[in-house]
Amino acid sequence: MKSHQFYSRFTLALLTVCAALLVATSTPTHAFTDQVIQQGATGDDVVELQSRLQYIGFYNGKIDGVYGWGTYWAVRNYQYEFGLDIDGLVGPEMKEMLAKSTEYNEQFVKRALNEGRKFTHYGGTPKKIQKGPKGSRDKQMRRGRGGEAPAPGGGQPGEAPAPAPGGGQTGETPAPAPGGGQTGETPAPAPGEAAPGGEGPAPETPEQAPVPEEETPEDQNNDADIEKATNVPPGYSDNDLQLMAQAVYGEARGEPYVGQVAVAAVIINRINSPTFPNTVSGVIFEPRAFTAVADGQIWMSPDDTARRAVLDALNGQDPSGNAMYYFNPDTATSGWIWSRPQIKKIGKHIFCH
Amino acid sequence: MIRNIIIGLLAVAVIALGYWGFQEQEQKQVLSINAENNYQRAFHDLTFHLDQIEDELGATLAMNTRRQLTPALAEVWRITSLAQAELGQLPLNSLQLGKTEEFLYKIGKFSYQTSIRDLDKEPLTDKEYETLNKLYDYSHEIREEMRESQAYVLKNGQRWLDIDKELQAATTEEPSRNLVVNNFEIMNKNVEGYSEVEWGAGLTSIEDLNGELKRALSGKKKVSKEEAQDIARKYLDLGDRAAVHVADTGKGLEYPAYSLVIDDPDHETNYYMDMSVEGGHPIWFLQERQISDQNISLNDASNKAQRFLNENGMENMQLIDSKQYDSIGMFEFVYLDNNVRVYTDAVMTEVALDDGSIISYEAKDYLINHKERDIKEPKLTLEEAETSVNPNVSVMEDHLAIIENDLGDEVLCYEFIGTIKDDTYRIFINADDGEEEKVDRLERAERVYDFS
Repeated sequence: MKSHQFYSRFTLALLTVCAALLVATSTPTHAFTDQVIQQGATGDDVVELQSRLQYIGFYNGKIDGVYGWGTYWAVRNYQYEFGLDIDGLVGPEMKEMLAKSTEYNEQFVKRALNEGRKFTHYGGTPKKIQKGPKGSRDKQMRRGRGGEAPAPGGGQPGEAPAPAPGGGQTGETPAPAPGGGQTGETPAPAPGEAAPGGEGPAPETPEQAPVPEEETPEDQNNDADIEKATNVPPGYSDNDLQLMAQAVYGEARGEPYVGQVAVAAVIINRINSPTFPNTVSGVIFEPRAFTAVADGQIWMSPDDTARRAVLDALNGQDPSGNAMYYFNPDTATSGWIWSRPQIKKIGKHIFCH
Repeated sequence: MIRNIIIGLLAVAVIALGYWGFQEQEQKQVLSINAENNYQRAFHDLTFHLDQIEDELGATLAMNTRRQLTPALAEVWRITSLAQAELGQLPLNSLQLGKTEEFLYKIGKFSYQTSIRDLDKEPLTDKEYETLNKLYDYSHEIREEMRESQAYVLKNGQRWLDIDKELQAATTEEPSRNLVVNNFEIMNKNVEGYSEVEWGAGLTSIEDLNGELKRALSGKKKVSKEEAQDIARKYLDLGDRAAVHVADTGKGLEYPAYSLVIDDPDHETNYYMDMSVEGGHPIWFLQERQISDQNISLNDASNKAQRFLNENGMENMQLIDSKQYDSIGMFEFVYLDNNVRVYTDAVMTEVALDDGSIISYEAKDYLINHKERDIKEPKLTLEEAETSVNPNVSVMEDHLAIIENDLGDEVLCYEFIGTIKDDTYRIFINADDGEEEKVDRLERAERVYDFS
């Protein structure tokens, strides 16, 4: 099975190289949907954008399908370099330019994305030339304020060569020659980066099959990799979100959505309050704080509604009116809770201060 | 014969049952001892740390050199945060311990702020010395109560599991007879007096959202329930016939507000909204519905959100953050005052990416802070301010911005967005004196872990 996987991967890689060789002059295939891509976006268009920007050396981060800050700076650099409006919005003009000047093998990238495996730098850099450790590319970013003169000299070592004035693209995409010679157009590795063979083959990941002799092993210590990612609200990890969703689901499933957001908001209000623990887990697992924790219902898998309720609450929604407590009047055991000043009732729960 | 077999079988069954019961019993024993030990550890840790707080505070009073004072106060700050965490591990949440926890929080904050100050330049004022004195007195009282409880627990083999049971069963009518519980309550009563302590700037009040909203809204014209219905329909751009149900909120909410449920026939669901009685401002609304696949881009959605704000009297709002979560777009806007981003006046909205309808809106910050400002010209130029930025940061963007600093004052800053390697930072430099007011690392997307 494993070796089969490897072979199919190997053929894919071969196909890619062949394809790249065949396409001597790139005819822009259909690229991107027609949306304007904006910071914060996720999805296929972003994967393509990152891959294409990486192909010409503007983007060095992970190809993860989330338009984050790294992508934003890459886009701005590109816009600066090619004389577009520097706004971080990827509009039709920029998409057309990218499609003309870069290759994007959707199948290859998508597959890597789904398998979550690392692979060599996407683009013209041949596999044998390994990149140095992160940070060796000292990319000086230029500020995109109108009226500011570009830095003299323009290109940094390791940066994609700036196009000739006039922005005309030679319609040729550099195809890596088999054997790893560089065509003059690919971004050359910056001085200080490892020369071919400078570093031994990286330790193999367990999923890698034994390598046949004529193969060069997949380069693993490359800093360009493909991995699915997702947006998270500032200050919280996706795992925090999951834990809170479990608590909300255990406490308030079957309640109206607003009631679930309110329960999530109470958890967040407690985290922010000086009179309660200040971590997600500290608040949730405080003894006797939540019935769902006391009776183990917190370990059920939450549904999407609970997750969305938590997201809404993390993004600032608070239907509870800044409540610190809530209780179900039909089942409340402690008389003490009735003495709290009540704010409102949502579904079965009374929220209080 | 048959009878003997039955008797034999029954005997075996009884023995097996007995064995099983014994096993279960043993297991329960182990688990309850385990739970008890966790409680005991938290409790004894807590008493130990409260002791230490008193010791350290007492020592600071006798210190004369500032070089000594700073580490001692830092130590107080460290121990209070431990004590706070331990208090949260005891099954006492139905007790009124809020004051004690608040007190610990304030001791921590006071000692932190004093310890990071350059005491050579700004020595302790007489007032602060007085505050330390008072804190010492209170910590002494707290320690006394805790010591007694601890002795009682140890002498009588008091189990926290039993205290827990007792508290669960207790009603407000008959106060608990348990000394440990009583002492916690006494301790809480004792520190209630600490509110007279002079905490100094930035510590006077714990953030009190509802109180701030109340102050911001009071004195505005009150709206009736009928008016509230009309405002809601107009706000959500629904027809005159959309059914709206209005209810009052309870006494626990400091500002008077209506809770509305508004029918949304297009999506076969409801909007939920809170609206202030004074001024008739929607404070938040949201809607639950199944959102189908994405049809519009994040960019279109942000324009829709901006239009929505414009239509409802919030002009000059600038988009400062946009994020996509599956098929929802989340947008944060701040007020733009003569090209200055006013971060305090923030509004959050969410747009469904299937049809571009607004599904949530939250404007507490905007309602609390928004006012006409007379923004002065910055004393420093952009270049001068930039010299205060860490040279390792390559600055990429800059704006003028107003933020609220640690002391709760609005300050005019230069906002720089820049990078170090792969990280992006937002840095606020005070536009008048070049102080670094705030530095945030801006979050990145998070990798999806898939174990399937």
